[in-house]
Amino acid sequence: MSVVGKRVQRPESITRVKGGGLFADDSKYHGMLHAAVIRSPVARGIIQCINTESIIKKKGIEGVFTCKDIPGKNVIPVVIDDQPLLAERYVNYVGEPIAVVVAKDRETARTVAKNAKLKIKELPAILDILEARNHPDIHIFGDDNIFKHLKIRRGNPSSAFKKCDIILENIYRTPYQEHAYIEPHSVTAIPYPDGTIEVRGCMQCPFYVREAVTKSLNLPESKVRVIQSATGGAFGGKEDVPSLIACQAALPAMKLGKPVKLTYDRTEDMIAMSKRHPSWTYYKSGVTRDGILRAVEVEYIIDGGAYSTLSAVVLFRGTVHAVGPYRCPNVKVDSYAVATNKVPCGAFRGFGSPQVLFAAESQMDELANRLDMDPVEIRRRNLLRVGDETITGQKLKNSVGLEKSLDKVIQVSGWTPGGCKQDGVGYGFSTIFYGVGLGAGGKHMARTGARVIVHADGSVSFSVGTTELGQGMITVLSQIVADEIGVPLECVDMIPTDTSRVPDSGPTVASRATTMSGNALKDACTKIRNTLRSEASEMLGCSLDEIDFDNGLVSNKGDSIPLIEVIKSCSFKRLSLSAEGWHTSPPTTFDDKTGTGDVYVTYAWATNLAKVKVDRETGEINILKIWSAHDVGKAINPTLAEGQIEGGVLQGLGYAVMEDMKSDSRGAIINPEFSTYIIPTAQDQPEIVPLIVEEPYPDGPFGAKGFGEQPLMGIAPAVANAVFDAVRVRIRELPVTPEKVWQGLRNK
Amino acid sequence: MKLDFVLNNKRVSINVKGGLRLIDLLREQLDLVGTKEGCGKGECGACTVLLDGKPVCSCLILASQVRNREVTTIEGLSIEGEMHPAQEAFTETGAVQCGFCSPGLLLSTVALLNENPEPSREQIRRALSGNLCRCTGYEKIFEAVELASRRINGLSVQNDKV
Repeated sequence: MSVVGKRVQRPESITRVKGGGLFADDSKYHGMLHAAVIRSPVARGIIQCINTESIIKKKGIEGVFTCKDIPGKNVIPVVIDDQPLLAERYVNYVGEPIAVVVAKDRETARTVAKNAKLKIKELPAILDILEARNHPDIHIFGDDNIFKHLKIRRGNPSSAFKKCDIILENIYRTPYQEHAYIEPHSVTAIPYPDGTIEVRGCMQCPFYVREAVTKSLNLPESKVRVIQSATGGAFGGKEDVPSLIACQAALPAMKLGKPVKLTYDRTEDMIAMSKRHPSWTYYKSGVTRDGILRAVEVEYIIDGGAYSTLSAVVLFRGTVHAVGPYRCPNVKVDSYAVATNKVPCGAFRGFGSPQVLFAAESQMDELANRLDMDPVEIRRRNLLRVGDETITGQKLKNSVGLEKSLDKVIQVSGWTPGGCKQDGVGYGFSTIFYGVGLGAGGKHMARTGARVIVHADGSVSFSVGTTELGQGMITVLSQIVADEIGVPLECVDMIPTDTSRVPDSGPTVASRATTMSGNALKDACTKIRNTLRSEASEMLGCSLDEIDFDNGLVSNKGDSIPLIEVIKSCSFKRLSLSAEGWHTSPPTTFDDKTGTGDVYVTYAWATNLAKVKVDRETGEINILKIWSAHDVGKAINPTLAEGQIEGGVLQGLGYAVMEDMKSDSRGAIINPEFSTYIIPTAQDQPEIVPLIVEEPYPDGPFGAKGFGEQPLMGIAPAVANAVFDAVRVRIRELPVTPEKVWQGLRNK
Repeated sequence: MKLDFVLNNKRVSINVKGGLRLIDLLREQLDLVGTKEGCGKGECGACTVLLDGKPVCSCLILASQVRNREVTTIEGLSIEGEMHPAQEAFTETGAVQCGFCSPGLLLSTVALLNENPEPSREQIRRALSGNLCRCTGYEKIFEAVELASRRINGLSVQNDKV
């Protein structure tokens, strides 16, 4: 019986509801020590003195390590190698790591790190995103503080704007968003007598961690083994930063010859770990009276913080998604990731696209208003369909479920143009898209490996290089393996992700785990199935192509034998039922000069509809209901797909109306805790209606494509559009707070 | 100092340091690592345990405060390997994504159902509002609590999605 497409239960959830000790901070090792990090208190400065001798004399301290102790390169490799593991002469943001303290117990390590005396000469800093480019005096990165500039040139926007009937020009701003995974970062490094270092921790990308540890400790890849622990939420926040944390533990572990655990405390985690980039966007768009989008011009700036980390690729995704899911023949996009003296920003669900989509989708709504056209009609007239070209000139060949998602939302919600005229109640749409996988921005990593072993008793284990973060990868991949081998789901187990089991499979990001690891597993399973098929054909006395695998049976016409008998026979004959699988993505391209190319292998598509009620007296926004329809290709497990939609929508609502991380005039984050950085609780959740559309992607396993990030991405503009519909107040800076709406109502 | 209390229905007698937090007693001294630390400030609820049946943040309670009282942790919810109906319901509805907040949410759920076996959606929201979850959007958690409630009350259960 096939399990793909079924609402099967997650196998690992049983241990998790019992409190099984699987997370990084749950394990102890013989002789284990605890580390803590000494951090910069200033946004920019010169380190004059770190008194390591006075620290080492303190009771319970086993060691203190600075950049001078690093045997390899003092660098955290991400895209550009500009970020040190431990600061050398300069510090560039509040919270930058300077030294690692190791003690017998966690409390001692943390107390000593917190109270360490540092002499740092404070220097003037850049804290404002708009001051960073070409700053005359302060150079954080290169001569111009620009990590990356990307552009798209399509058609002739300046002449096209002349022919437009309505042109809108606006500025949009978005703040930081903190991942707020409930499990803070934690890693343990364990040294072995043969010189091997084993790293266990919460992470998205074990192969990134391995590269960082090998480079900083000057070890070959064969001597560094990285194993992912159960990971308590990630959302991009455990993409690149675990490399840094792993090195902070691995360095002292190697030097002291003892296991070293490093667990961040929540406040430290919120101050020093990556976040969604704050952004500034200038957006100009023009339509003719018929509602056709003729030209778009965008300048998009994201605040990368002090080191480049992932900013260049975050910017890449934002640039490609800048116009939204619409046809537009004339486009000019200039986007910049700039350096400031603040915490490095990185990956967060949506990866540079939610910011620019907030602008694009708000703008679309305003154009509709100015045209006196309903927000669905303007979208229908412009949205991408099969055969259309994206703004990079990519022709869409298949799997474009955008209009279906729009239809589904309208059908289920019963929305009609001008249908609701209750005072203070409004509806807002957003239609969005998501380029699945790394795309041309990371094509050298667009491959993945897998290994499948069918044991003699009929149980199956498999390994992949991608990771479970809560999204449900273990379940989805187990479903694929169960169907591909033809065994019940209960027989299939995933081995925790471990760099020693499969070749470098790239990161678990960009909604790529289902498609990439799914395809690699299918490749491995096909090899095993071929062996089983040839053995079965001998046992049944028929030709290879006459054999069916179904429901634990292998059959030829009316004749069948249990699959387990075939497996046992293979085992008896010493035939291998183990295979490695490999998958590489179809090619992707991007021309840096023109911004053209077939940028992603495929796209996921979505429509959101928000219903809100705004109090005209107080500006208070009550989110009444969200409908959210996503084209996922094929839902391997509809319950898990709905879980992604419900969770992503609520995280997107946090971004839309609540979450607001701020720093003070000296660059220190002022609300690094859950009592001051407010995320949605059980009482803040509105009714969310998750809707699934399936427009199969031919190169995906069973037609599936990745979409886990998409549910967050279009919520902020849908809410802002709904607020406008309710009270005619347009908010162009997130979050949409009662204060801003109240101000808008007063200014009318 | 010596501390006597009841932990998951068993008497415990143990020596602890004066300022020790309950969460550290559980995780570090007693190796009950099912109780999770998410913030250490009583803001996220991941470390929720039951103290005399009431949910408390074990990061805000000193070990000495549980003297002669009853503590229930996630490890104490299953009886002889049999999961509590709330645990079963969480796995069935898909209420567990990363699972880091699940132990705390389950203890808040059990405290609620013990006090109010048929809670309304609003009562569920209020009872769980001290437990942050960043993965699920809470919907499937609410469904789980409702499913567990129906099972505890012996009502017929339909899960039309399975």
